[in-house]
Amino acid sequence: MNATTTATPGAPVDTPVDTHCPYCSLQCGMRLRPTGDTAGLPVEIVERPRFPVNKGALCGKGHNAAAVLAAGVRLTTPLVRDEKGGPLREAGWDEALDRAAAAFTTAGVRYGRDAVGVFGGGGLTNEKAYLLGKFARVALRTSRIDYNGRFCMSSAAAAHKAAFGLDRGLPFPLADVARTGCVLLVGSNLADTMPPAVRYLREMQEGGGKLIVVDPRRTRTADLADLHLAAAPGTDLALALGLLHLVIAGGHVDEEFVASRTTGYGAAREAAMAHWPERVEALTGVPVAQLRRAVELFVGAGSGMVLTARGPEQQSKGVDTVGAWINLCLATGRAGRPLSGYGCLTGQGNGQGGREHGQKADQLPGYRSITDPEARQHVAAVWGVDAEDLPGPGVSAYELLDTLGTEDGVRALFLMGSNPVVSAPRARHVTERLCALDALVVCDVVLSETAALADVVLPSAQWAEETGTMTNLEGRVILRQAAIRPPGQVRTDLHIMHELAARLGREKGFPYDPEEVFAELREASAGGQADYSGISYERIRAEDGVFWPCPATGEDHAARPAMSAPDAPRPSIPHPGTPRLFLDAFATPDGRARFADVSHRPAAEEPDADYPLYLTTGRVLAQYQSGAQTRRTPALNGAAPGPFVELHPRLADRIGVRDGELVVVTSRRGRASAPAKVTSTIRPDTVFMPFHWAGEGRANTLTNPALDPTSRMPEFKVCAVRVEKTS
Amino acid sequence: MTVRTRVAVVGAGMAAARLARQTLSPLLPGTLDLTLYGHEPHAPYNRALLAGVLDGRYVPEALALPTGGATVRTGTEVVAVDTGARTLRTDLGESVPYDTLVLATGANPVLPPIRGLHATDGHGSPGRELKDGVHAFRTLADCVRLAEAARHTRRAVVVGGGVLGVSAARSLAALGIPVEVVHQAPHLMERHLDDEAGATVRRALEGMGAAVYTGNRARAIEGDTAVTGVRLANGHVLDCDLVVLACGVRPRTGLARAAGIEVRRGIVVDDTLATSAPGVYAIGDCTEHRGAVHGLTGPGWAQADVLAARLSGTDPDATYTGVHGVARLTAGALEVAAFGEVADTDGDALRLADGTRGAYGSYKKLVMRGDRLVGAILVGDLAAVGELTRTYERGEPLPSRPLDLFSPLEGAVL
Repeated sequence: MNATTTATPGAPVDTPVDTHCPYCSLQCGMRLRPTGDTAGLPVEIVERPRFPVNKGALCGKGHNAAAVLAAGVRLTTPLVRDEKGGPLREAGWDEALDRAAAAFTTAGVRYGRDAVGVFGGGGLTNEKAYLLGKFARVALRTSRIDYNGRFCMSSAAAAHKAAFGLDRGLPFPLADVARTGCVLLVGSNLADTMPPAVRYLREMQEGGGKLIVVDPRRTRTADLADLHLAAAPGTDLALALGLLHLVIAGGHVDEEFVASRTTGYGAAREAAMAHWPERVEALTGVPVAQLRRAVELFVGAGSGMVLTARGPEQQSKGVDTVGAWINLCLATGRAGRPLSGYGCLTGQGNGQGGREHGQKADQLPGYRSITDPEARQHVAAVWGVDAEDLPGPGVSAYELLDTLGTEDGVRALFLMGSNPVVSAPRARHVTERLCALDALVVCDVVLSETAALADVVLPSAQWAEETGTMTNLEGRVILRQAAIRPPGQVRTDLHIMHELAARLGREKGFPYDPEEVFAELREASAGGQADYSGISYERIRAEDGVFWPCPATGEDHAARPAMSAPDAPRPSIPHPGTPRLFLDAFATPDGRARFADVSHRPAAEEPDADYPLYLTTGRVLAQYQSGAQTRRTPALNGAAPGPFVELHPRLADRIGVRDGELVVVTSRRGRASAPAKVTSTIRPDTVFMPFHWAGEGRANTLTNPALDPTSRMPEFKVCAVRVEKTS
Repeated sequence: MTVRTRVAVVGAGMAAARLARQTLSPLLPGTLDLTLYGHEPHAPYNRALLAGVLDGRYVPEALALPTGGATVRTGTEVVAVDTGARTLRTDLGESVPYDTLVLATGANPVLPPIRGLHATDGHGSPGRELKDGVHAFRTLADCVRLAEAARHTRRAVVVGGGVLGVSAARSLAALGIPVEVVHQAPHLMERHLDDEAGATVRRALEGMGAAVYTGNRARAIEGDTAVTGVRLANGHVLDCDLVVLACGVRPRTGLARAAGIEVRRGIVVDDTLATSAPGVYAIGDCTEHRGAVHGLTGPGWAQADVLAARLSGTDPDATYTGVHGVARLTAGALEVAAFGEVADTDGDALRLADGTRGAYGSYKKLVMRGDRLVGAILVGDLAAVGELTRTYERGEPLPSRPLDLFSPLEGAVL
């Protein structure tokens, strides 16, 4: 039973379709068998054993993904609000779309084009992300577009670009992780956030490889580790420099690699000398003996990887922190070589592709810079507009949200696939800003907390109902294929953009057939860093995904240093895609990787007498992001029904609270309350809250929007709080 | 046209380098003219790692510290300061104007009152140079000379059993040199450790091949032109051809004193790191702040960070109110951390000793007053060092079972 097709009207209901999970960046392969049940679950999820990333395995989120397809859970008709403060009511598409378009036009006329804004998401397909960027720049002609991916990978992306000249989450397929000698995993709890990836770590360990996990909590992932370094929140940068120091002191620098393939080592070495082991111990709380052990393990194997996730990245020094971890790879020659390198574990389903095709304020498709005249020319030509008419760079996600409804801010916002009421930092303030808009138009599959504030809500199709490509954490472009049709009046996001563009005077240029959009994306990305021009739906199906860059022909192949395919293909032979980057050279102009000149600095907000504890935030196994989908999935929500505050028994003892009792957590930005979860697996100076919930237990009420100067990443992972028992 | 502010820093040691890096890195290049004047021939380096140069773990050049692009005048001694005219004079006779002066003159090693330390001059009276084979252990140059001498040494004696002396003895022992430590106090590192901890360190040093004589004073260095031994107060002579002096340091305050700046034990600074003279600040080992003088890097760098925030404008209101110093020694496999009050004469104390742990056994002690931690010692097992120092520095109340502080995270592995 190999037949895999996209759903067509009249196709037999039991024709199984190969597709991918709607959740995280692994994009596990799965097979959907339509059930024909329109009242219950319309598809059955079955194993797709041959897809290489997950080999058939799924986590609870994947297994239960069909629940959100059920009719009772989701939006099935457009909704509009007749007056501020009034209720949402059902409406027809024409009315809803007319209202949305009129709101954008009015705001644009009254306040200027930049008073209309677009906020996208890292869960959108490449086609949607691409078309959303085009919609902003061509239909709305606004510079104000950014997306929630800014809150995910932007720090790693900036550090990646600076060091290697190119930003792709992993420079190698996940399968390589199983064969490396040591993995240093920094601030990732992948055993909870992407469980099917654990197998690669286990295989590595079974083969004699070592796992080092850096986390202020002894998470399920840290439990797997050969060595757990429980560094204080916000000190990963010091830790990385301390390890580099010991690498230097121990004579483990790969001098030949440093000399032949890097630049900037001198300054990095000096910075490391200012972070000697005893000082790093004082900054991080990690004893020198553990620092030494970590270096022994890391340099003791012939190959090694450093993988970071949100822990080190969601800091106001996230870019420098990632740069410091990359330095460790460069100094030890653990980069640009087989089974070695630095990688970022992307979070959202299309966190990778979502940042390549133009929904980021400063980017155009193909990972092009919006300030680069050549890039503007190329993309403008594809779009059939004048390059001079393309807006310049806009502002970053938090800055966009922070100024909503203000004099210089956005007055009418088009929001797609994001739930900032729950997921943005300083969320109470952001909610106030959303309410201050003249108009909020939201496309979503469910009535999220943010959609509930909207003036116009447009119900959109979801993963099993539409086709489109995603790019997973490996840089593998994969294809989601529709298995069923959406219920009720639900339309695809592409269709919605098509209709809105037409109402804004752009009848053409916004196709809604995904393959047609992909064809245009290929053209727009051609010659860019994230070159998709050689990728087709057909190839993706045949090859279990294609790794970018993949130009249309092999002509440029030899000239492009980023690519390291085994044999240089001749023109006319299709480019094989690029599973492994940088093996011959890095993607910088001179082919050398750059050391970052970085030093530790404190978090924007350190504990003090009034707010004596660190708060760090994160995820739990059964929930995903703002919980919009998983909280509506009974099997998942039953396992993790609400927020909690994790704290150490000694802290609990001090404030007189027992497990399960309600505690109030207060920061300079607000207060949240949730039951205490007392566990000795967390540092006694730190409390942890998962961020999947709205309301009283909303972790992001507390978080600090201090931004990284380069990536504009907010400091989700560390702020100062006090914790009290409720009276 | 605006004239760039000229900041002159006297000294190019650790505090000076930190100040330069932290002041300049947030500023655009050329905003501020910052010059370090160092009398040593080397660019700023990490003094905390000198024992590692001695035992060969670091090559001297690898110790260089970042200075944020400051101008560094090595081998240039500032010999006078005119705080009224705001000029300084170097040993080359230059007169250099400044807007802001920072004294980071550091500390000098204390030379103990021992006969025969110095070589005799042509007339048979003691000269200024240390006798051949007698070494101070403060600067990189000292260390390089010592490392060179150590290559031909048969036996060495370290005078002083504080942090520096223990560290030097361990490095010499690691080079395979028979080494003996002479220490005046009844136990090693008595400024930071109680007797039991001192005994643990002693056992560790002995395990590394060093001999330790506590409660003994070196009276004289034997030998006419070169060292042949160290005579102790009890009359014994320890044969050796190398002597390392590790008897502590004293703030270098001569320049400040001569300039009329208030000096007590160190150069007196307030919470803004200002001295008694307008436009003159001081940081690091040369200072005395709220009566405290210490030779530890932590407080010196905290001072540098505060002054840098003020000079760069990133936090013009930053103040330094003092930090707790933590004494920290890593000597091969021996790790020691100690802070605060370590004697348990009037407070409650808890001790845990485990002779089987690690290479040399472990010893841990908490000193408490009421529900607060006022001091602690960790020898040989530092898993709880972060937890203890935080509890102490933040003044957190002790847990109901204070010994729990020794437990790191559940199941943590080392």
